Amino acid sequence: MKKPLVSIIVIVIVIVGVALIYYATRPPEVVPTIKIGVIGPMQYVQGIGHWNGATMAADEINAAGGIQVGEKKMNIELVQADSNEFINITDATNAMERLITNDKVDFIVGGFRTEAVLPMQDIAMENKKIFIGVGAAHNELCLRVAKDYDTYKYFFRGSPFNSSFLGRTSFIHLGTVAAIMKMTLNIPKIKVAIAAEKAMWTEPMIEAAEGVIPKMGMELVGVWRPSPIATDVTAELSAIQRSGAHIIFTVFSSSVGIPFARQAGELKISAVQVGINVEAQKDGFSQATQEMGNYVATLNTYCRSVEYNELTKPFVDGYVERFGETPTYTADTYTAIKYALAPTIEKAGTLDADALVAILENASYMVPSGKVEYLKDAEGNHLHELRWGPGYLTSLGVQWQDGELKSFWPNKWKAVPEAPEVTYKGIVPYKIPPWVVDAYKQ
Amino acid sequence: MALDIIISGLISGSVYALLAIGFSLIFGVARIVNIAHTAFYMVAGYCIYFATHEMGFHPLWGMVAAVILVTLLGMVAYKFLINPIREHEGAVLIATIALAMALQEIMTLIFTGTYLSVPSLIKGYFLILDVKVFYQQLLTFFAALIALGVLWALLMKTRLGLAIRSTAQDREVANLMGINEARVAMITMGISVGLASFTGAIVVPLTILDPLMWMHPLIMMMAVVVLGGLGSLKGSFIGAYILGFAEAIVVFAIPAGAFLKGSVALSIMILVLIIRPEGLFGVTFEEER
Repeated sequence: MKKPLVSIIVIVIVIVGVALIYYATRPPEVVPTIKIGVIGPMQYVQGIGHWNGATMAADEINAAGGIQVGEKKMNIELVQADSNEFINITDATNAMERLITNDKVDFIVGGFRTEAVLPMQDIAMENKKIFIGVGAAHNELCLRVAKDYDTYKYFFRGSPFNSSFLGRTSFIHLGTVAAIMKMTLNIPKIKVAIAAEKAMWTEPMIEAAEGVIPKMGMELVGVWRPSPIATDVTAELSAIQRSGAHIIFTVFSSSVGIPFARQAGELKISAVQVGINVEAQKDGFSQATQEMGNYVATLNTYCRSVEYNELTKPFVDGYVERFGETPTYTADTYTAIKYALAPTIEKAGTLDADALVAILENASYMVPSGKVEYLKDAEGNHLHELRWGPGYLTSLGVQWQDGELKSFWPNKWKAVPEAPEVTYKGIVPYKIPPWVVDAYKQ
Repeated sequence: MALDIIISGLISGSVYALLAIGFSLIFGVARIVNIAHTAFYMVAGYCIYFATHEMGFHPLWGMVAAVILVTLLGMVAYKFLINPIREHEGAVLIATIALAMALQEIMTLIFTGTYLSVPSLIKGYFLILDVKVFYQQLLTFFAALIALGVLWALLMKTRLGLAIRSTAQDREVANLMGINEARVAMITMGISVGLASFTGAIVVPLTILDPLMWMHPLIMMMAVVVLGGLGSLKGSFIGAYILGFAEAIVVFAIPAGAFLKGSVALSIMILVLIIRPEGLFGVTFEEER
């Protein structure tokens, strides 16, 4: 009688022991996540912007409980990939491959240089992964969607709007500044010099500018094409000064924007700068030019004091508080994740790319820089291209004033005479540099 | 326009001369093709940025610190990286490429790829016959001339200079005459890197700092050295001003082709080499040294 009882007790102890050991050492419960690859040149401001924007979006979404995917809530898990695309485009394609095959991400956001984003786009499309481009502006990226929809439908433009719209906006800024110069300084005919870096994306802009500037009633006095990485442009500036230009229309996305602005400011060149100078969009511009970049104007997406809508301030203030700088347009990975991907996934209730594309391409939604809608081409084919214009995305005309970036455009802007005026909250008047006023006042 | 070209050419030429003479010096003495020469120039720029921006030093002290630190770095690199493989010129070439890339990556890790700048020693500009010239450019021009003058005096008027020149002419014979050739090579490396860092120190306020800033000067410096004749200090000096003026002429003569200034300068180098393969002041055969 005693033996069976002991055996039972031993068996029970063993079973309980095994159960306890299993419980204590069991693998942690796997919480399903949505993996988003963030790709960009992570050692550079552009890539840092990509990562910061994505981090902010993921943290906000996860803190709110995640994304509702059908019956379950899923958190976002970000995977960083350094594309190193400024130095080596092969590194960028390898990084994209790794995100898809190794890290098995569900979606990808980022990319900066068109030359790198085009092959990255091909890899993402082959693998049927939704890729929201945040950085490259070349039209071809979205023209591919219309040309071969079945292959490229997984690509969407996230930011900025395309090169054609960037050009159009810059010409509006040029016209605005020319009108102010003409009125303030009584200059009968404004002379414009084009200073554009030697790069693929600037060619159509120069061609357009050469046609548009005379039509706008201004005189084109010359085109200067420094190298994108030129560090000394005093010779070019001396030549521009001699040409008698009142305005320098800049088309810079590379480092040359810094020495150009710094040396023009230090030499007190009697011409104002307006156009595109990507380096002037960054908070570090003031330090990089040793405060000589004052009065430089450029197209930009965000400015601390300006609100497009009710979403702008929380995003910009939150970003500044967290990262200590104003977001640049590559930080629109925030918009891509929070306002494009997350609501689309919730609406579809699935991570299936085809289902998501069908919803996203017809979506219309507010973002911190305006309202997003995707364009179709003249034949009605989807382009997944951002709509530009009043009521949608317009960007800003910003100017460095006393060491701070201020926005001077849109200020009572009418896209067409019958359209309503557009002025965003926080817009200030454009300022002509005092040495230019001194040079031309009569 | 002619005056613009003269001023612009003199300033660019002075910078190229400083870089090229340092490079020529170590090649002439030790047959070391130091590809990392302009990487030291880049490191000097970052040292000044760190000293002025992060530590709050006056730019002048930043420059002094940069020249000393980078010169020491160059000598350490020579001692541990180049000297052990000095007899294998190909290996030295590859080692210095690796060193340059390593320095670039280290600077990227520390400072990221963000474009940075340092303040000028003297702010502002003045007019020479209606041409605006930065004070810093004038400073660069005179600093280059002074540095070149000091180097000339060192080489021609001192015992060390005699040893350097002797070693440059014939290493074996210099060794037989009791000159410690390895020590001379190391000192020459120090002077060479010192010149690179000095160039970085005086040029960096005129330019921007980024980890890739060493590449363009490297190409131009190599072009100057080849144009002037490998190992010839006089050739490097004259070659530097030829390319400096060529660049300035391109910018003023064809504004829309300003980006071609480097290419035109390199084309001039190729043209000279077709006519005179040994360069302007080079020797035809190695045995003639």
